[in-house]
Amino acid sequence: MSRARRLLMSFGIGVVLMLGVSVLRSLHAQTPAEVPAASAPAEAPAPAPAPGTPDPTGDTTGTAADVPVKDAANPTLPEVMAVVGHNKIATNIVWTLLAGFLVMFMQAGFAMVETGFTRAKNAAHTMSMNFMVYPIGMIGYWICGFALQMGGVGAIGALGGTAPLNSEFSVTLFGKAFDLFGTKGFFMGGDVYDVGVFTLFLFQMVFMDTTVTIPTGAMAERWKWSSFLVYAFFMSMFVYPLFANWVWGGGWLSDLGANFGLGHGHVDFAGSSVVHMVGGVAALAGAIVLGPRLGKYTKEGKSVAIPGHHIPMAIVGTFILAFGWFGFNPGSTLSGNDLRIAVVATNTMLASAAGAICAMTYMMARFGKPDPSMMANGMLAGLVAITAPCAFVTAPVAVLIGAISGVLVCWSVFFIDHTLKVDDPVGAISVHGVNGAWGVLSLGLFADGVYGDGWNGVPGKVTGLFYGDSKQFFAQCIGTLTCLVFVFVSFYVFFKVLDAILGNRVSVETETTGLDMPEMGALAYPEFATSSTGAGYSIGTSGPVSGAVGSPVKAAEAS
Amino acid sequence: MKKIESIVRPHLLEAVRTALQDVGVVGMTVSEVKGFGRQKGHTETYRGSEYKVDFLPKIKIEVALADELVDQAVDAILKTAKTGKFGDGKVFITSLEEVVRIRTGERGEAAL
Repeated sequence: MSRARRLLMSFGIGVVLMLGVSVLRSLHAQTPAEVPAASAPAEAPAPAPAPGTPDPTGDTTGTAADVPVKDAANPTLPEVMAVVGHNKIATNIVWTLLAGFLVMFMQAGFAMVETGFTRAKNAAHTMSMNFMVYPIGMIGYWICGFALQMGGVGAIGALGGTAPLNSEFSVTLFGKAFDLFGTKGFFMGGDVYDVGVFTLFLFQMVFMDTTVTIPTGAMAERWKWSSFLVYAFFMSMFVYPLFANWVWGGGWLSDLGANFGLGHGHVDFAGSSVVHMVGGVAALAGAIVLGPRLGKYTKEGKSVAIPGHHIPMAIVGTFILAFGWFGFNPGSTLSGNDLRIAVVATNTMLASAAGAICAMTYMMARFGKPDPSMMANGMLAGLVAITAPCAFVTAPVAVLIGAISGVLVCWSVFFIDHTLKVDDPVGAISVHGVNGAWGVLSLGLFADGVYGDGWNGVPGKVTGLFYGDSKQFFAQCIGTLTCLVFVFVSFYVFFKVLDAILGNRVSVETETTGLDMPEMGALAYPEFATSSTGAGYSIGTSGPVSGAVGSPVKAAEAS
Repeated sequence: MKKIESIVRPHLLEAVRTALQDVGVVGMTVSEVKGFGRQKGHTETYRGSEYKVDFLPKIKIEVALADELVDQAVDAILKTAKTGKFGDGKVFITSLEEVVRIRTGERGEAAL
């Protein structure tokens, strides 16, 4: 008998013995548990089981014995309340952390969508950008991003107070305090050593990382690695935290309600503007400064399609993002006790469905085929748009917001590609920038006035234009405009300066052969020929064809 | 001895292979190729922009065979690879000077 067979047999015998022992044990354990249950009267509360008794149904796990009191016979109300309060905050913290874990996984979704929509010769480079934003963004946020964003947010009741985050820098304008950035929590050191603050850091960090990864899609296939590295620190340390402070950290946009009577100030439940529009506008500025990929436009300025290399990867990535969004939106309550999470989660999925269906239908009606890349963009557009209003609208309105975003994303892709002539390989500007703006504006239109009492320190529920509060819509417009101007100017200047110092773009030779080997030192697919003869796009395709864009596919076979 | 190179539509490969085997062809080499002829390319739309597919995928079948089999083999290809539309492909026939079987060193028709 060979050594391998002997090992296999002894393993098999071991498994059988272990199974037998565990069955015997469970038979033995069940017997005494049934005796008191049968003899006790039905009305009386079930007596606490003896310590160490198994509880297969879960009915007797967690009893009065688990509440720590000084005198078990006479528990006091404060003692019981302390446990209830601890449980409440514990639920919130567990919920917020789990939601944060889901959002973290969205990084994988972004990596797959962006890499799927770009060419095989750049796959290692595109994947690597999506990978490194996670660690770089996190460290940048830990250094100063979190402090600037949340250092002055004050007490967040749902997380047990977050007492140490109490210092905000502000200037006085028009006789009002304009809060600009927080000043506590640098390096997460000192007195922010608090479970509530750590929970907030994790949750806000993964949101920030989502923003950092959005421009990598619009700037893919031509962005120099060194320039990307500097960008990732700049976004996570400064630009994102500042705008996020103004909306979520107690800054001046959130104070528009309290200071100037504009509804509840700029309201963005989970980040249509804070996360997505910031990322989308940065992507726009970056793609403009970087310029289009070689071969993207003809000398006459006509747009040429450059198909992505892996549609299945992009579709799986889209599903991962849609799954992660269940952390993104419902988690933004920061509370598992706020059962509005049911409405938030359902609205989120409804809008994503409407976005995908409308984008697909629009493409079929206009071009005769659904275009998988636009179906995926449509679902993501619906998710981005519902991110701000998800907690404040009814289900039919969520479907409407998603449906509009599905068509809007198609129009926007064509407008940016054909009219603005800005090359965005994955549609990041349209999905995140345009639909992020639509999301916060739609909140100002459709908030139904049943939720959000006391939001941003303003009494009453959040109510949109169509439900009677035009000033809320005005606040949303100010927030949207601020995001566009602040982020665009910041990144346009940043990329221009970086271009002069470091250079943003790879050489023509690198771009033509693919960025994988020259920039990363590794090919994504070394076993396959992924680069053509140097035309800049894959074998079998060439320059543009004459004829109006949008004409039906011409099958030359019939000619 | 002749060599037949035929360019056929990819989905008809199995039919052509079977027909060639039926007339006595005992081996072949197949490759995925791209090219254009009278079928030319066609245009597709991706994210609202058009692109031209210049080279269409085809299958190239290479067969080496004895002179007396050539006519039957060409007939077999014509029967199975023809749809009557542009893009059916072509058959190229060339003379073979010599064939060597690597395993045994046999030459000429014995090596086929």
